[in-house]
Amino acid sequence: MNIVVLVKQVPDSGTQRSLDASDNTVARATADNVINEIDEYAIEEALQVKEAQGGEVTILTVGPASATDAIRKALSMGADRAVHVVDDAIHGSCAIQTSGILAAALQQMDYDLVLTGATSTDGQVAVMPALLSERLGIPQLSGAQKLTVEGSTVKVERQTDGGFWALEAPMPAIVSTWDTINEPRYPSFKGIMAAKKKPVETKSLADLGIDPATVGLATATSAVVDVTGRPPKGEGVKVTDEGDGAQKLVGFLAEQKLV
Amino acid sequence: MAEVLVLVELNPADGTVRKGTLEALTAARALGEVSAVVAGGPGVAAGVREQLAEYGAARVYVAESPEIDEFLVAPKAEVLAQLVQQVSPAAVVIPSSPEGREVAGRLALKTGSGFLTDVTEIAPDGTATQVIFAGAQIVHSRVTTGTPIYTLRGNSVTPEPAPAAAEEVPVQVQLSEQAKQTRVVDKVVEMKSNRPELTEASIVVSGGRGVASAENFAIIEALADSLGAAVGASRAAVDSGFYPHSFQVGQTGKTVSPQLYIAVGISGAIQHRAGMQTSKTIVAVNKDAEAPIFELADFGVVGDLFQVVPAATEQIAARK
Repeated sequence: MNIVVLVKQVPDSGTQRSLDASDNTVARATADNVINEIDEYAIEEALQVKEAQGGEVTILTVGPASATDAIRKALSMGADRAVHVVDDAIHGSCAIQTSGILAAALQQMDYDLVLTGATSTDGQVAVMPALLSERLGIPQLSGAQKLTVEGSTVKVERQTDGGFWALEAPMPAIVSTWDTINEPRYPSFKGIMAAKKKPVETKSLADLGIDPATVGLATATSAVVDVTGRPPKGEGVKVTDEGDGAQKLVGFLAEQKLV
Repeated sequence: MAEVLVLVELNPADGTVRKGTLEALTAARALGEVSAVVAGGPGVAAGVREQLAEYGAARVYVAESPEIDEFLVAPKAEVLAQLVQQVSPAAVVIPSSPEGREVAGRLALKTGSGFLTDVTEIAPDGTATQVIFAGAQIVHSRVTTGTPIYTLRGNSVTPEPAPAAAEEVPVQVQLSEQAKQTRVVDKVVEMKSNRPELTEASIVVSGGRGVASAENFAIIEALADSLGAAVGASRAAVDSGFYPHSFQVGQTGKTVSPQLYIAVGISGAIQHRAGMQTSKTIVAVNKDAEAPIFELADFGVVGDLFQVVPAATEQIAARK
């Protein structure tokens, strides 16, 4: 069972993030960059499937040279190897273009299952499984809270409002996971040391047979026109409850015609 | 006049048109004459034509086949792609649900187009507004390739009736084998509730770590019910097992933008703020006067939620 996990490096969602003023792309160079946290659940799930069924877990990342930090983290959790697509021409690519790069890289790999997090905390577009399904002709099972592999079939519980949909498809397939699916392991000291020696193969667009002119900001399928900070909220009212807190709260709601 | 396609989403419970679709029908009018697209099992369109007429659909494309609901997402994208080829619309607008985004992405690839997700507004020239990075910044964007495809964030637009003819146009459904790969074997409802859906609700009451237990969430539910509100939960509350993940508001959960958001026992970490910062009015109850949630709140009560919330619920009920 060969599993590829798509891992993205993103600016830490717990910090103040911004767009680069020069070209309105996500400011990655100045940000505190971390592994997209929901991807850790995909890595954990891949490791669990591998532990039960055997095989190999490969990390696939598209990103700048500094994305190696995210790749090492994934390897220290227990993934076996990694492929890092890095090329200056990729900067500013939209989801459509990025899906083309990932698809080309996957076509050069041997996989039964592709796993990834259900969304990234920077772009929050949450469509990569759908795009890769469309490009590679493999089934999409997105938004998983549970995954089971039975022979050549993958079964997923797709999280919905107040329940789930039971999905089923033949492999190879692409699955995205929510943070309800498992509890990701912390890298052990041994894992961190071992990760330093694990193979990370870097690939350029040329290695993937992609014309650099077809990706990146200049040919992206959408463009940012302008960016503004959200106007600051006016100062609110804060009261301390002295037995009358509820009354004041309901009074405020009534004043605003909300009750 | 240019034609704009709107993909219709139905309430799973009763087959009526979801509020997000009424919002999409309203927002799409800025771009041209609106045509609704109903894709689903046999007979599904008959029950919604009137509602679509009321909200401005000049035409209703009806694509009915049992296979559409038997397989995940891909069939709807194929139906829409076929229509885009046939009628060359000025744009396609889709409600921003998980399925809606996925349909949008597939449609973009099939039609050689660009797409923008989670837009809050669409201007007549096609420029869309998006709120990014936990609500910190507002971006205006344009699709530069093909037919612009938008997914509209829930509660960004107020649905406004605009009666139209809703002329039915049947669509032949012929799905490729590729669209029939992921089978939907079962749809399981674990929590039946009469409360509004979280992303559609005009009032949301959320509980956090301060609620302290799953049992105590009854206090949050009671306040929500007194207001006709949806119930939400912070990540801390979900991770502690107080409330199911599908009700999580925040970066790794739902994004809500109601008229009124009441945060109870929630400190207001960026993780949570990302999901509720664009709410019109924000009320917070927290015992910690320094909690960051108060920076966002239009009205804050520093106090014990176990005192304040039940008393508020009682007073709201008494007003009725």
